Amino acid sequence: MEAQEDLQLNLNEESLLEMYGLIVLSRRLDERTWVLHRQGKIAFHISGIGHEAAQVGAAMALRRGQDWVVPYYRDLAMMLALGLTPKEFMLGVMGKKGEPSSGARQMPSHWSIRRMNVVSHSSPVATQTPHASGIGLAIKMRGDDAIVLTSIGEGATSQGAWYEAVNWAAIHKLPVVFMVENNLYAISVRQDRQMAVEHVADKAAGLGLPGVTVDGLDALAVHRAISEAAARARAGDGPTLVEAMVQRMTPHSSDDDDRSYRPRAELEALKAQDPVRLQRDKLMDMGLLSEQAETEVQERAAAQVEEAIKFAASAPYPEVSEASYPVYAGDRADG
Amino acid sequence: MAEITMREAISQALWEEMERDERVFIMGEEVGLWGGTYAVTRNFYDHFGAERVRDTPIAEGVIVGAANGAAMAGLRPVAELMTINFAFLAMDQIVNGSAKIRAMFGGQFTVPIVIRAVGGGGRQLGATHSQTPDVVFAHFPGMKVIAPGTPYDAKGLLKAAIRTDDPVLFIENATMYQSKGEVPDGDYVEPIGVSKVQREGSDVTIITYSKGLQLSLQAAEELSSEGIEAQIIDLRSLRPLDLGPAIESLKQTNRAVIVEEGWRSYGVGAEVAARLYEEAFDYIDSPLKRVAQVEVPLPYNRELEQMALPQIGDIVKAVREVL
Ligand SMILES: Cc1ncc(C[n+]2csc(CCOP(=O)(O)OP(=O)(O)O)c2C)c(N)n1
Ligand SMILES: [Mg+2]
Repeated sequence: MEAQEDLQLNLNEESLLEMYGLIVLSRRLDERTWVLHRQGKIAFHISGIGHEAAQVGAAMALRRGQDWVVPYYRDLAMMLALGLTPKEFMLGVMGKKGEPSSGARQMPSHWSIRRMNVVSHSSPVATQTPHASGIGLAIKMRGDDAIVLTSIGEGATSQGAWYEAVNWAAIHKLPVVFMVENNLYAISVRQDRQMAVEHVADKAAGLGLPGVTVDGLDALAVHRAISEAAARARAGDGPTLVEAMVQRMTPHSSDDDDRSYRPRAELEALKAQDPVRLQRDKLMDMGLLSEQAETEVQERAAAQVEEAIKFAASAPYPEVSEASYPVYAGDRADG
Repeated sequence: MAEITMREAISQALWEEMERDERVFIMGEEVGLWGGTYAVTRNFYDHFGAERVRDTPIAEGVIVGAANGAAMAGLRPVAELMTINFAFLAMDQIVNGSAKIRAMFGGQFTVPIVIRAVGGGGRQLGATHSQTPDVVFAHFPGMKVIAPGTPYDAKGLLKAAIRTDDPVLFIENATMYQSKGEVPDGDYVEPIGVSKVQREGSDVTIITYSKGLQLSLQAAEELSSEGIEAQIIDLRSLRPLDLGPAIESLKQTNRAVIVEEGWRSYGVGAEVAARLYEEAFDYIDSPLKRVAQVEVPLPYNRELEQMALPQIGDIVKAVREVL
């Protein structure tokens, strides 16, 4: 059985349960953030609902805190797995003082967290991919013991910058894992209007690196694929493109109403494939999660989320004097 | 005459031009099925079809580049960039393509494209989503850069932009789609590169455009209650830049404030002030003042963001200082 293999590989019982806990925590946090938006308490939310299993599977395949991660805006679950706390996330969505990415100067979900080796991305999509190749280059030139994982949506792989960066990493066998979270939509535009190939992984052949497609609703499958890609990168064999097939179970962001372009039946059908439930069922099948343990996981996540909201709600906003970023070297960089 | 929103004015201009000229077509991210990020092209897809209202991949370089190509081959594309911030991904196509093709081909090819792009801050979209980089594009000879401040001008100028044989960047402000104004029924075209008096007054001249116009009109009301009457000149187009009405106004007021949403350094105010000093020095009795954005990447937090953006109070204060 595959799962048995994973246990032997490098995931023990404890880490499988940790993965599941993170997936549940991310879902709870995400759902509550939508509610906060509906209540008019926050200005913006971009959701990772339906992507959680893939993100946690990927993060757990890294040496957390040592490898570099160049994520994109949907990666809440990945960030939690790398060590972002729910409180920190809530400070971000509420634009509060002490928010770790930018001191509430940048939009939420633009992750920039030095202690986790997580590098900021700008809002224009695919601009992070060249950074990942550059970090890969630096690792190679300096002889550092690390690799880079960068993530992106399938739609953004239409950008020139994405091809340029992947091509370059392939030429120089840079230690980069290019992860694509394919949810078949770029806001309202479906994949067949974004590319003529069936899978983003098919693009890899033209750029000279291996490309694989995995079930992104299965954390263990993603964990395995990213582990293999990471091992290649560490061995000096170069980059790999890993496409995880996920599903976007919400509108693109809180600014978008998906009713005009997405059939309700299609969305309904996704619920039968909810990755949170799939992970739960799998763990139960493996005999690792009892009904009671499941209840505890859910309750623990809910408590953490409520605590985070309370904490962030009572946190102060940044002072107006903090309007300026630390724009130049030597500028004040607190908050 | 009917009172309509900025969104409706822009939408009507596009619709009417597509009805009038079958060479006109739209392409961009989310413009089709979804009807545009700001709902400007809502219903276009059903009416004109997927060929003429084309959803593109997320690839701004090819959106503008293919518009340049299609224009050389005889079409009149309207390329939509979801925000002007993404124009930087198409910069080479704009700067080295759109702006220069006519000149570099000795006039053999024209590039009659319109790039529609949404700019401006104030919606809590963070540093890389909220810029007002209008002057960057106005720097390049060969481009026309239009940024209307009223529905009337938006409709008339967008029609003119589609009809001119030159490449035009047409900049819309994200916070102004709901603002209303009178627009005549039927077809009309406003001339590109002609500025316009939007408010009469004889005490001070305010020179501005786009969002700055909206703020300046409000500031003028406040000043009026103190007995100060501002004449407001709306540039409407940054390239070509027409300072005729501003100079006429200055002859009477001898004082001017220039208002823009973008950063002060190398901004619209800098260009306008330099030209006024060159061309109308004798009419200036008090140093010109500029109102602009604080020079930081725009913050996300609402209060910090508003702190950095020019406010009505800043305009009122600047006017008091030049008087
Ligand atoms: C250069 C650029 N163009 C357009 C956008 C607007 N935009 C933000 S997200 C997005 C869709 C991205 O889709 P995809 O890459 O599939 O990622 P997903 O959101 O589905 O995870 C678009 C068009 C942007 N941020 N940057
Ligand atoms: Mg997608």
